[in-house]
Amino acid sequence: MKKFSSLLHNLILTPSRNTKIKLLQDYFKILDINRAYALAILSDQLSFQFIKASKLRELVYEQVDQHLFDYSYDYVGDLAETISLIWPTNKKGKSQNLSTLIENIKKIKKSEINTEFSKVFSELSNNERWTLIKICTGGLRIGVSERLVKTALADLYNKSVNEIEEIWHGLEFPYENLFQWLKNETSKPKIDFKKLFHPMMLANPIDEEKDFKRLDANEFQAEYKWDGIRVQLMVSSNSVSLFSRTGDNISSAFPEIIETTKGDAVIDGELLVGRNFKPSGFNDLQQRLNRKKASKDLQKKFPVFIRAYDILFYKGKDLRKLSLVERRKYLEKFQKENTTNQIDLSTIINFSTWEELTKYKNNFYDDLNEGVMIKLKNSEYLPGRKKGYWYKWKKNPKLVDAILMYAQRGHGKRSSYYSDFTFGVWKENELVPIGKAYSGYTDKELLVLDKFIRNNTTNKFGPVREVKREIILEVAFDDVFPSTRHKSGVAMRFPRIHRIRWDKPINEVLSIKEFKKEFKID
Amino acid sequence: MDFINHQLFIKDINVHIDPILPKKTAIITHGHADHARFGHDHVIATRQTIDIMKIRYGDKCAKKFTSLRYGQKYSIKNFDFTLYPAGHILGSAQVLIEKNNHRLVITGDYKVGKDETCKNFKLVKCDTLITEATFGLPIFQHPDPKDEIQKLIRSVKINKNNCHIVGAYALGKAQRVMNLLRQHKYNETIYIHGSLEKLCQYYSKEKINIGKFEKVSSKDKSFYEGKIIIAPPSALKDRWSRRFPNPIICMASGWMTVKQRAKQQGIELPLIISDHSDWNELLDTIKKSKAKNILITHGQEDALVYYCKKQNLVSKPLSIQGRSDEEIE
Repeated sequence: MKKFSSLLHNLILTPSRNTKIKLLQDYFKILDINRAYALAILSDQLSFQFIKASKLRELVYEQVDQHLFDYSYDYVGDLAETISLIWPTNKKGKSQNLSTLIENIKKIKKSEINTEFSKVFSELSNNERWTLIKICTGGLRIGVSERLVKTALADLYNKSVNEIEEIWHGLEFPYENLFQWLKNETSKPKIDFKKLFHPMMLANPIDEEKDFKRLDANEFQAEYKWDGIRVQLMVSSNSVSLFSRTGDNISSAFPEIIETTKGDAVIDGELLVGRNFKPSGFNDLQQRLNRKKASKDLQKKFPVFIRAYDILFYKGKDLRKLSLVERRKYLEKFQKENTTNQIDLSTIINFSTWEELTKYKNNFYDDLNEGVMIKLKNSEYLPGRKKGYWYKWKKNPKLVDAILMYAQRGHGKRSSYYSDFTFGVWKENELVPIGKAYSGYTDKELLVLDKFIRNNTTNKFGPVREVKREIILEVAFDDVFPSTRHKSGVAMRFPRIHRIRWDKPINEVLSIKEFKKEFKID
Repeated sequence: MDFINHQLFIKDINVHIDPILPKKTAIITHGHADHARFGHDHVIATRQTIDIMKIRYGDKCAKKFTSLRYGQKYSIKNFDFTLYPAGHILGSAQVLIEKNNHRLVITGDYKVGKDETCKNFKLVKCDTLITEATFGLPIFQHPDPKDEIQKLIRSVKINKNNCHIVGAYALGKAQRVMNLLRQHKYNETIYIHGSLEKLCQYYSKEKINIGKFEKVSSKDKSFYEGKIIIAPPSALKDRWSRRFPNPIICMASGWMTVKQRAKQQGIELPLIISDHSDWNELLDTIKKSKAKNILITHGQEDALVYYCKKQNLVSKPLSIQGRSDEEIE
């Protein structure tokens, strides 16, 4: 437990991806059962449903004056950390194994939760207590994705991360077959592929100048590119599961899909929010993302559906070697047999020249799609981003000129530079912020902006610097929505700095009224 | 105790303790910038605090200086002042004020734990105690600094191609970290940010064991591999720190107790080394002082006021202007 808790401690504090990988590898080198537990915890496949935040509070109030706890919690802002720090008895009990500890906890009877947990907490160090609470409540939030864990394992044993990805969802705790294969003691674990998440086929951006000259429009078909989240839906007679693009099981967040879908297939599609198969925009979808569960109310307010693009398996048959056109036939068959209000099919755009496609790309459905996908008609379903099969062609971004208002230091490679920029437009004689961007500029532009900010700060709010209103940024963005959360009443999607407008005086920047009018926001 | 107001001002004799603005007579508890300021007419403090003020602000930072030894009584009219060690940094003092048999102690910043870089805290019994509360929450229970410094030493041993930049307040904390490193047999040269140089030289002159140190200079990047560099916290985020090879950013501070705070500040190796009392030391000091009247300043007062009231002590917060900045230690 001591080793595992210091692993988590170090992971949460290190910003570097490579260091995280190294830390994980050092831990996985330990050849005992603990690493299986660690793997389960890090990939969020182990959690105790019976200990919740309210229970933890109850426990801590038995130990500490309630007011003193509340003052502390208010200061720390994180329940697990507050409890771990404030827990009074800190006698150094014998260090327990991660595996033993978890098995012991699993055995705790409901009626004994309070006394048993208190006992366990008291025997652990601060950091171990913090770790245990994180494990118990689930969702570590330590900046480590499942993919990163797999990458660390793959690199450690000279395997490719895709190989692990392929079998990952067919593996079970304690992953003995995985570790044996990694060490080359056995061959790759045999998995029932029907029940497994399959890495998705992804598209490359098209190069308008080169690709259209070289590619024959007749060999391709197109579909609209929807701005939702890509999902894989796995349906069989006894279960339905929904996976995100990275293979995370997100079934519990979308019960309406799980409850209504029937049939026997693996479907690739886009999850969208909307009624009657009319998507209502990414802003609404966001209300449903990053949640473990969805209340009835939320389901009603923001109903979701899947727009199906492709099919990988149909009644146990692997379709991935078939051509896109052939697979489409199976997809239509599946849809006909299992029609629900939660799944529709992506429309196919037929065109004979690339020019013809352009008008679809820019105009169709106005703001509801992001552009088009261009797919080779006879492409197999290949995992990853292979070149030459699928392309994405995004709409031209929207552009607006806005005035730089605030700046903050960036993270990672941009740390110590002022690289997060808030910009705004006029509202009468004042400026109102409309968005924040931290990409798009060149390294040179960043240096210029950083220097300007350091020399022209007019005010400081904690880490945020307010600057002289002098710099105009041309901001590119994918879309803009009405928003009640922002003072300006608008929220941008994926804003980035397109260029610096040295040529323009600040009084020529739009007012918020004009901005809303131009981008059709009421 | 009515003789002193919430700004630590004694009107009868026109004396301030740690005033923020220039005053006629100022008793200064220690040299940190939120306590020792430039421009008073008359400064009363320990010799070391006066030396430190002169180093930081110049010889003419006050018109007149009176240095007191610990335990030496100094009287102004019917007020008697005595300074006692506060164990915070070199020269730091608590102020005992006696008038008509009433004993009032202003702790200034203090810590009870052992520290080789200054005289250790002396408990002074009193009727009224004005205590700081920087770490006045029960979550703050400082670990043994020995364990913390060994984390740093271990990390230096393991990560041979990295340099370790330790953020530490220029006065006191920086030298304490250096001293702790020496206590635990780290004998290499320690590299310091330019702003630390004069204070480190002063500590050396005062026979505090901080060992061999050298100002960082524009050497080849690889020179600093495997080295320890000490810099003020503000330099960690600055471009200054980017000249070093694969730096591991460390910070020596009581605030490092809270992981989320460490993470926010981009600290990879937090070292919980504090020059303030933790929760238990605050409670212990309040109890042992035998004071019946407790005024609490400088930090997280609420929880401590609540606690004192529960112990049937008269207690209230004292908000002193300009003293709530978390960054300052």
